[in-house]
Amino acid sequence: MQILEGEGVTKYFGGLAAVSKVDFHVDQGEIAGLIGPNGAGKTTLFNLISAALVPKPGTIRFKGEKITGLKPHKICRLGLARTFQEVKIFSNMTVLENVLLGSLFGCSTGMSSADASREAEELLEFVGLSAVRTTPAKDLTLVNQKRIEVARALATKPELLMLDELMAGLNPAEVAQAMELVTRIRDKGITIFMIEHVMKAIMSVCDRIMVLHHGEKIAEGTPQEIAISKKVVEVYLGE
Amino acid sequence: MDITALTSRRFLVPGLITLTVLATLPLYGSLYTVILITTILMYIILAVSWVIFSGPTGYMSLASAAFFGVGIYTAAVLMPNTGQLLPLPVVVAIAGLISGLLAVLVGALTLRLRGIYFAIFTFGLVEIIKQVLLYWEFEVTHTRGRFVVLVDNDTVFYIMLGIFVALMLTVYFIRRSKFGLALQSIGENEEAAAHTGINVTMVKVITFGISAIFMGAAGAIMATRWTYIDPYIAFNPLFSFMPVLMAIFGGMGQLYGPVIGAAIFAYLQETLQTTFPYYYMLIFGIVLVVAILYLPNGIVGLIQKLIQRWRKGGSAEQNANT
Amino acid sequence: MDLVTILDIAIGGLLMGGIYALLAMGLSLQYGVARVLNIAHGEFIMLGAFATYTLYTAFGINPLLTLAIVGPIIFIIGFLLHRTLFTRLRISSPSPGAFESRSLLATFGILFIIQNLALIGWGANLRAYSYLNFGVNLGGAIFTANRLVSLGFAIGIGLAFYIFLVRTRMGKAIRAAAQDPATASLMGVNINRVLAICFGLGAVMAGFAGTLLSMRVPINPAMGMNYTIIAIIVIVLGGLGSIPGSFIGGFILGIIGTVVTYIEPSLSLAAYYFIFMLLLLVRPKGILGK
Ligand SMILES: Nc1ncnc2c1ncn2[C@@H]1O[C@H](COP(=O)(O)OP(=O)(O)OP(=O)(O)O)[C@@H](O)[C@H]1O
Ligand SMILES: [Mg+2]
Repeated sequence: MQILEGEGVTKYFGGLAAVSKVDFHVDQGEIAGLIGPNGAGKTTLFNLISAALVPKPGTIRFKGEKITGLKPHKICRLGLARTFQEVKIFSNMTVLENVLLGSLFGCSTGMSSADASREAEELLEFVGLSAVRTTPAKDLTLVNQKRIEVARALATKPELLMLDELMAGLNPAEVAQAMELVTRIRDKGITIFMIEHVMKAIMSVCDRIMVLHHGEKIAEGTPQEIAISKKVVEVYLGE
Repeated sequence: MDITALTSRRFLVPGLITLTVLATLPLYGSLYTVILITTILMYIILAVSWVIFSGPTGYMSLASAAFFGVGIYTAAVLMPNTGQLLPLPVVVAIAGLISGLLAVLVGALTLRLRGIYFAIFTFGLVEIIKQVLLYWEFEVTHTRGRFVVLVDNDTVFYIMLGIFVALMLTVYFIRRSKFGLALQSIGENEEAAAHTGINVTMVKVITFGISAIFMGAAGAIMATRWTYIDPYIAFNPLFSFMPVLMAIFGGMGQLYGPVIGAAIFAYLQETLQTTFPYYYMLIFGIVLVVAILYLPNGIVGLIQKLIQRWRKGGSAEQNANT
Repeated sequence: MDLVTILDIAIGGLLMGGIYALLAMGLSLQYGVARVLNIAHGEFIMLGAFATYTLYTAFGINPLLTLAIVGPIIFIIGFLLHRTLFTRLRISSPSPGAFESRSLLATFGILFIIQNLALIGWGANLRAYSYLNFGVNLGGAIFTANRLVSLGFAIGIGLAFYIFLVRTRMGKAIRAAAQDPATASLMGVNINRVLAICFGLGAVMAGFAGTLLSMRVPINPAMGMNYTIIAIIVIVLGGLGSIPGSFIGGFILGIIGTVVTYIEPSLSLAAYYFIFMLLLLVRPKGILGK
């Protein structure tokens, strides 16, 4: 079943088509990957899905319902959470508060404060940040700030989690941990849609990959198919 | 803005002592002191209300004079000297509500304007209300200003104190609530807040409304002090700039910054204004420029820096001695 | 409505609009390039007006000739103000947005300083003098000569300034700085100097507008605020920062104002605000903005 689908999704910045007539879908329960050279329009597509931007024209459906035109917080409450390429945390709040905000505001079913706290604590445990729960978020390292973002997104009880370059800027050991984290999230039953430049990572965790180039979708398939696709190789080598 | 400090126990005892001293003021203070403290409280209310909204959200609202003025006018209409229509506390409450509603309306319309546009718009709001009222008074009701019933100074003082306490309690409870957490997160990163399920527009509009309630209430009670009200008096743009200046001068890093800034300024104003009106405004201008140039974190920031330096200097000395 | 009335309104609007255009061009230069939304703009108008008044009544210098004295003095004041105050603010502000709010508040302080110095020096009374105060018949509608002359000067100053921007080296540097200060300074433009010149020139335009205004309306030290507000409305109307936009916007507002004044005199300021706020909500980029 398709949890997320887009039809003719387009976005212009002035004269530049950052995303151009892209049809895409994500299946329930899979880890879908989105790759492409710098400036291909990947982040823009995520922004369109999460309603940070509005497609013009184009429609996006989540769990079969049209979500274009909804406000970002509505989309989050429907069960679609995201992280950001450049980390966007609440710097002066503690790690726990960052995550707590997700469980307090992100769920469609209201949660009591006690439940929300418990939930947040559990998620900190899950991403391995329990030890620093009372530290201001700004004092953490990049990799830990990215973990805050993941935990905060998970706190909103998403059915689909979109990760924008979770592994960028991490060292090899951290990348391995992040990959393991991604599979653990999927094992919780959460569908994942992720942008990644780290090829090794994306090829080994994804079930299916889409390739964007100059705002257009140029290929789609299993990691094996993508690895040997002539078009994709050209795009990457042509850089 | 970090307003945690206020919620800590540390402030409970000094707070209660201050409150007791203030609440018994009319028993031992001179008439002049009571009037002076009333004015200081009014400015503190304006400055703190302004900070509640503009501090965390980063919008520079210049609408304070509009909300304050609506409060003044509400009192002028409901309590003319020809016969008071409603009891004073009710009038104050109604004035607060009307201002709050106006703010919610204006906020819903304009919060998508960012930066300088929002500042200009809110500034224009004060002027347009003034102009429309002037027209209304001149052409429709054929009045040129209104007289408000006289209320004795102690009552005015106690109501102002009541508004002040209510404001402080509101700040305290907002800070400890889910809503306060959401507001703080918007200040930290609005985009992330929206994608975490927070209805940022709603939180901002409600906060704008809450801040306006207190401004309106303060306006209503001040009307009884001034007794003569016309649109120029009620909608004086100075009441938009004063709270901003006081908050910046005091320092917006801590809630007591605006309180201190407002207290100092209001005191200076009250003591200098009558004796040297032009020099007072001149000094006001100079202080404003100097504060913006040299005190980016306000007086509180300056004091914190001095304390830090003193501590460091002290410990360095100790090290040298050992 | 007969033809003479229409003519009356149209020319009256142009006469008002010329001054507005000049005012707004000055503010537009200060905000569009130097990023200072100068709330004290009107005080420079007031200074220009009082300088002319004093030079004419005390020394008998022709009001139009005072432009040559008012210009340099106000330029130096504006230039120095920017070099000392705003340059420092610009460097110490963490972000451009923070600079905009802080400088706006600083100009509010300047407003108080100038206005109260003027009150101390000249007193609060309204003052006026009479110069070129005879009627000129234009197709049946009668206008005083000083208003027509001031329109001519306003247009002349506006055009001269436009040519300066387009033709001269400094003009090009100003335009480059308006587009992108970072790149402009990389290209060897002394950015602080250019911004200070812009601020100074903006103040001069206000001063000139003040000189021209003093020939036709009574002046007092508190006159500035209304003109600041009008200038802000015009630059929003013309698109914040667009200099041709403010020139044209000035005339548009002048005509609107005259029409409203014709219909209901006491509503003209309210009408300005109404248009202005509507515009901010519907088209914040201004009517001429892209
Ligand atoms: N808000 C914006 N305004 C104007 N142009 C934009 C905006 N956001 C993105 N763009 C442009 O759209 C194009 C696509 O950008 P996008 O950030 O989606 O690329 P990306 O695939 O995520 O690249 P990267 O791998 O570097 O993150 C780029 O040319 C970018 O400059
Ligand atoms: Mg990207």
